[in-house]
Amino acid sequence: MTMATKLRGQLRRYWPLIKSLQTGLLLLTGLAAYMSTRCPVSNWQTLVALTGTLFLAISGSTVLNMWYDRDIDARMQRTAGRPIPSGTVRPAEALRLGLLLAVAGVGGAVALDPLYGVVVFAGLFFDVVVYTVWLKRRTPWAILWGGVSGGMPALAGRALGAGTIEWVGVALALAVLFWIPTHIMTFSMRYFEDYRRAGVPTFPACYGFRATRMTIAVSSLLAALIMGVAAYGVGLTVGCLRLMIVLSGGLLLLAVHSLMRPSERLNFGLFKYASLYMLSAMLLFFLV
Amino acid sequence: MKQLSVIDRILLLFTAILAAYQIAVGIDGVDAVPLWAYTTGFGVLLLAGLLLLIFGFEALESQLVMVVSTLIPLALSVGLVWEYLSAWRAPYALFAGAGFGLVVLTRLAGASRGATITLALVHGVAGLTIFGLPLLLSLRGDVGPGFALVGIGGALIGLGGLLLLFLKLGRPVLSQRMILTVLPALLLLTISAFVAGFAAGA
Repeated sequence: MTMATKLRGQLRRYWPLIKSLQTGLLLLTGLAAYMSTRCPVSNWQTLVALTGTLFLAISGSTVLNMWYDRDIDARMQRTAGRPIPSGTVRPAEALRLGLLLAVAGVGGAVALDPLYGVVVFAGLFFDVVVYTVWLKRRTPWAILWGGVSGGMPALAGRALGAGTIEWVGVALALAVLFWIPTHIMTFSMRYFEDYRRAGVPTFPACYGFRATRMTIAVSSLLAALIMGVAAYGVGLTVGCLRLMIVLSGGLLLLAVHSLMRPSERLNFGLFKYASLYMLSAMLLFFLV
Repeated sequence: MKQLSVIDRILLLFTAILAAYQIAVGIDGVDAVPLWAYTTGFGVLLLAGLLLLIFGFEALESQLVMVVSTLIPLALSVGLVWEYLSAWRAPYALFAGAGFGLVVLTRLAGASRGATITLALVHGVAGLTIFGLPLLLSLRGDVGPGFALVGIGGALIGLGGLLLLFLKLGRPVLSQRMILTVLPALLLLTISAFVAGFAAGA
């Protein structure tokens, strides 16, 4: 077996550990926030370094979460097929990989810019230590810390571009923070039995489905509102602001409709729309 | 009900992207009222594309979607009348406001024959305006010939509206499967005609 074949095989085994879609979206928030400071795009070295360090840090954090939550994952039907519970990757191997990626990501970030590095480290710390290790198995409110860590790539990207932490970066991070509960709560309703079996405290289990749906709707609206404020702060063109108003209107409509006629299908649709909204907003920051 | 195919998804995605593009670039040299009217029309088209992508064709069964989609021809026709028929601005705006209010009220009261007739009437007048006015203006030479494409877009969206309306009435002109098969392509053709027409007329 050649070295290249061996490497390809390893990569194929490790790739599902980093949740590529989620990592990709979080990476995009960081890149969009950086680009929103209107740094010269010709500074490609910084852009490449930002992409690399964020990718490594987010991936490292995700792998460490998978390593720590392997017992929960094994008890849930949805996650039982993940690499560690299914036996594709050994726990010690995943831990080594997670630590390697995290150290490389944070180390590279600090070398690139100390402030940026501190924010990237904070994101990793909130995600792995505060959210996963400390709070996830104790309280459904842990998702707030999941949200805080999810907002860190955007804050980091903006801090790297602006050279300081300013209100637009905080607004972008808050918008992501309010989007994250939409994601987590939707899954905790859809896979309610799974979470109950695994003993993870969730919003629907503690406060009921109605309260959870209301929280998702309010949280989506807050995400849209704050994203609008951030868009104004970034200085998007009037046309792009118009587009954001239209997309926010759609989110408002779906959120109100899901409150008036609650159903799982509508709720999942709201989650998909909110994700699409977040992606579109970030692309606008990125491109315009 | 028919499931969305990959081709359907691609067509709907392009519809949404074109609508988003039109909203972002706007239309040069128009007042605030037509600009927001066009934005509303294209905005609903954008949302229609996204909702169809997310929920599939089942979205068409929702009363809310039925009511909100009335805004597409109404808003676009208000924009056109405001821009090119200044003497008709107030009466047409009144018709559009009252028509939309009636559609909402009759739909809230339940899916009755009255609700369908109201919807058909309001859709019909707005659709004819979008179809006829740009064609007339370009034939008279008031605007560039390309602006006639807006009229073509109006005809296409009118056709889509009629097909869905007859389907809703239980007297479909084509089978449900056929209507849902052509709908994504019809929506893309509509938005393409609108975008090209407005660009040519600017």
